[in-house]
Amino acid sequence: MIAENFNYDSPSTLAEAFQLLHDYGDDAKILAGGHSLIPMMKLRFAAPTHLIDINNIPGLAYIKEEDGFLKIGAMTREADLEESDLIKAKYHIFGDATKLIADPQVRNFGTIGGNIAHGDAANDHPAVMIALDATVVISGQEGEREVSINDFFYGFYTTAVQHGEILTEIKIPAATGHFGSAYYKAERKVGDYATAGVAAVVEIDENGVCTKAGIGLTNVNPLPMRAERSEAVLVGSKLTEEDIALAAKYAGEDCNPSDDLRGDEDYKRHLVKVITKRMLNQAIARAKK
Amino acid sequence: MKKTINLTVNGTAHTVEVEPRTLLVHLIREQLSITGTHIGCDTSSCGACTILINGRSAKSCTILAVQADGKEIATVEGLATAEGLHPIQEGFHLNHALHCGFCTPGMMMRAVEMLERNPNPTEDEIRWGISGNLCRCTGYNNIVKAIQWTSAKMQGKELPSTEPEFV
Repeated sequence: MIAENFNYDSPSTLAEAFQLLHDYGDDAKILAGGHSLIPMMKLRFAAPTHLIDINNIPGLAYIKEEDGFLKIGAMTREADLEESDLIKAKYHIFGDATKLIADPQVRNFGTIGGNIAHGDAANDHPAVMIALDATVVISGQEGEREVSINDFFYGFYTTAVQHGEILTEIKIPAATGHFGSAYYKAERKVGDYATAGVAAVVEIDENGVCTKAGIGLTNVNPLPMRAERSEAVLVGSKLTEEDIALAAKYAGEDCNPSDDLRGDEDYKRHLVKVITKRMLNQAIARAKK
Repeated sequence: MKKTINLTVNGTAHTVEVEPRTLLVHLIREQLSITGTHIGCDTSSCGACTILINGRSAKSCTILAVQADGKEIATVEGLATAEGLHPIQEGFHLNHALHCGFCTPGMMMRAVEMLERNPNPTEDEIRWGISGNLCRCTGYNNIVKAIQWTSAKMQGKELPSTEPEFV
């Protein structure tokens, strides 16, 4: 399958990329890893007249802790997340999630920024970012601005990234103390979108009381979803079996899955409940280590 | 509007003109006539088109030829040398890791990168490592055995048996 014709530019600085976005107007698209956009162009679901390839702009791929944040450059490949020692040591949720994203070849190219900026509730990083309470850094000709992940997703394929802007960094509050995180999605086969996925993050104090909880859900709502009622149950609790069961029950009740080939609504609600419970237990076990 | 790009394929430099929408796999197969790389699903699912770009395995049906400008490409044709087969080719041969052979070029290129990054993978790591490559003949067992054999060979370890197992 061949995409419709387009013009291709490969700027070497962000300033050039912003200028091209400005000059070309609405018909330009940013090409990052390309493993969502190029398939859509081949199927002609998307037909941008200009592609601006940001793969040759240096300085957009990094994973570092700085100023109390874990900072991840937008062009960081999924494979780099899988292999990062910092991630392996402290942020297990990325190890869980990346392993389930597409397949190794796709992860060599797919980027975390693209996964989020694509604005698809079926992608895995959005729920992970919700659980981690991330902030998205968006850059443009006017400079940088920061948007909370809670305000980032507008609708199907639409996000807070406006015309002329590029998502450049993801900031996550650095893990401190007893911090644990976990992600799992049920999928029919490797590379499939989630039937349902759950990201869970907990912070526990010295007395075993939960001080922070984040739960994000994949592909069971029109937008990537925060399970707010579940989080509220957990914060301030001792994380007893009953608390976890109640949080899991609320997650299953509060999501809005639709019937499709991956399963019907009831089945998906059940999956969300089961996976939420498992991921909370996993995150808690990791926090206590 | 065509673009002129420079790339190296299996060590040979090429300067070619391509439309921006030309896929890398079409450049390799049709313009350069290097046809060992196959097109299976054309939707980045099957892995038959797997090649290496600067050493990283990639599905060339989902990468634009213009993105390969300045890059080093390796395809199955570059595995064997004057001295003989690459260990992964030997491994696939001795372990009967192919029947029809359609998936084999992509499967081997993927295995080459996997062993480069993880010379001694577990069976589980091998199965996850080739999860982006579909084979409809072998049932994968002999492919896994071939990669285990190659891992041992490349590290100078004792070679596992290549006798078929009858269950």
